[in-house]
Amino acid sequence: MSAANIETVYEALALKLDTIPTKQHPLYLAKLALLLAHEIDDAPKVITQLNAAAQNLST
Amino acid sequence: MRPAGRAETESLYFSYPHFDAPQDRASLPVSAPVAIVGAGPIGMTAALGLAREGIRSVVFDTKATFNDGSRAICIARQSFHILNQIGAIAPFMEKALGWTTGRSFYRGRQILEFHMPDSPAEKFRPMYNLQQQYIEQFLWQAVQNEPLIDLRWQSTITDVADVGNGVTLTVTDPSGSYPFTADWVLAADGARSPLRKIRGLRLKGENYEGRYVIADVQMPHDYPTIRRALFDPDCRRGGTILIHKQPENIWRIDYQLRDDEDETEALREETVRASVAAVLAEIGYDGPWDLEWWSVYSANTLALDDYRDGRIFFIGDSAHIVPIFGVRGLNNGLADAHNIAWKLGWVLRGDAPVTLLDSYSPERRGATLDVFANASKSARFMTPPTAGWQLMRDAALNLALDHPFAGQLANPRQMTPYTYADSPLVTNDEGSWSKTAPLPGAALPDAILETGHLSDHLGQGFTLLTFDPELAKSVGHLPIGTLTLPADSPAAQVLGATARSAFLIRPDSHIAARWSQATPSQIEAAFTKSIGGPRP
Ligand SMILES: Cc1cc2nc3c(=O)[nH]c(=O)nc-3n(C[C@H](O)[C@H](O)[C@H](O)COP(=O)(O)OP(=O)(O)OC[C@H]3O[C@@H](n4cnc5c(N)ncnc54)[C@H](O)[C@@H]3O)c2cc1C
Repeated sequence: MSAANIETVYEALALKLDTIPTKQHPLYLAKLALLLAHEIDDAPKVITQLNAAAQNLST
Repeated sequence: MRPAGRAETESLYFSYPHFDAPQDRASLPVSAPVAIVGAGPIGMTAALGLAREGIRSVVFDTKATFNDGSRAICIARQSFHILNQIGAIAPFMEKALGWTTGRSFYRGRQILEFHMPDSPAEKFRPMYNLQQQYIEQFLWQAVQNEPLIDLRWQSTITDVADVGNGVTLTVTDPSGSYPFTADWVLAADGARSPLRKIRGLRLKGENYEGRYVIADVQMPHDYPTIRRALFDPDCRRGGTILIHKQPENIWRIDYQLRDDEDETEALREETVRASVAAVLAEIGYDGPWDLEWWSVYSANTLALDDYRDGRIFFIGDSAHIVPIFGVRGLNNGLADAHNIAWKLGWVLRGDAPVTLLDSYSPERRGATLDVFANASKSARFMTPPTAGWQLMRDAALNLALDHPFAGQLANPRQMTPYTYADSPLVTNDEGSWSKTAPLPGAALPDAILETGHLSDHLGQGFTLLTFDPELAKSVGHLPIGTLTLPADSPAAQVLGATARSAFLIRPDSHIAARWSQATPSQIEAAFTKSIGGPRP
């Protein structure tokens, strides 16, 4: 995905999150993760990404 | 529990019998090849299985009647095959409600309808609903007709001691105590098993904290026999509800308690009535209803490390406790009883070496661990144990409203019989087979034959299933029956068989071995292995 496209997605997600009550963010993001996983249709690939997303979370 | 004013076994629709303790003390036999502790569904099934093998048994139970309440209500297809083989099936067929379909709802909207595999090739439906007291009554009727079984009510086993080649039980009944000696003992004494405690054994495993109130109501509710699961319903936000139809217009309503809900308060009659009324409103029922019985049940996965302790075998709830969602508690126990019954039969008659009995624990404990894996999966969906499971469960349900793929995550994948793939009795495969063919160790699938079903044609002991009359003749010297079918029969298709294939079927209808091209010596070797070694 090109830098421009990822930016489009990044912005759309930020805007969408701001239309959803903060309390609902985890539920929304979990739904999104399942939808994208279904779309990608490659379990090992998704597992790799979900592990990657867990990096550097502790501050 | 029952509503105020009704005695413990005062049911709206079932008359609990009263059984006296044995009267004629002087003529009571004080020994038997097999003693069975507990006349619950599992103990009685074991006694009937042994009788079918020609083995006499004495069954002891503390109580003076059947277990109280509907308890385990879902009987799986494989259990119906067991009930059929032990000659008890007729009243079950008449009374039980067969079903194939389940529906799951999320906040009032249906997100999934699932159908368990079924076809005319199957003699029995995938699942039947029947109250446990009927299960016990029907088994007891079969026990009554069986001269090889002596069932003693109001008789408690209070002690157990190993003696030489047997076990001596201390039996305590209203007239006092007496010793009873058996070669082998089956501990079918339930989840709180006193025998387990006397022997110093402990159930081990994970404890899921989900608690369910299970309540039966009688009402003329017009809905087919379909299992309904309500997730996060209005009447119980965050909770899960299961609804099952039973005979006699009885409806089982299981509802989950929140972690902060007090159990004593939840079990008060007024609280139960209010909770039930809210569920009925949720499903749109506004007719009259009567409260019949209620109890509380929690979702555990616990088992003994070894189902055998010397000459004592643990069967049913004494050996394992499983969550209710997968409806495996009773069904898993019936398979235990069936498994140990044929093995003890073969050993006690002298047809198999005593080493055959070593296979009981690995086979049945393996089955329990498999049940645990599946049931834990269901439990995590029905009763998410942590924040992570909770979020993903909620996401799946919410997504399922518009995306059916996510609804499949709510499929309970109920009870398929276990394959004894790692059993010491099962011969591993040779030859090439289609992927759908049943594996060695699997339960024999059913098929339609010219007359009746394949399952009707199996003999009482081992059966060699072939498609070649010459091969059938070649095993005439072995104590096994033969069933020869045409190579183009639907059974061959189900089994992935060709004209030269053969299957060795055990007395419990599991496949001991299969060959795409069998020879008589291979069959003999597999038979020897499947009875635990060379014949005595
Ligand atoms: C309240 C309740 C609700 C349940 N609900 C469900 C459900 O919804 N779904 C489900 O799948 N399962 C349910 N179960 C579990 C199900 O009932 C069991 O899996 C099933 O009964 C197991 O049968 P069993 O023969 O192994 O044990 P039990 O049915 O418990 O039988 C054991 C027998 O042993 C006897 N006994 C005990 N100690 C002695 C002794 N020292 N001497 C002589 N006799 C003795 C007892 O009197 C009893 O009759 C429920 C259980 C209970 C208690």
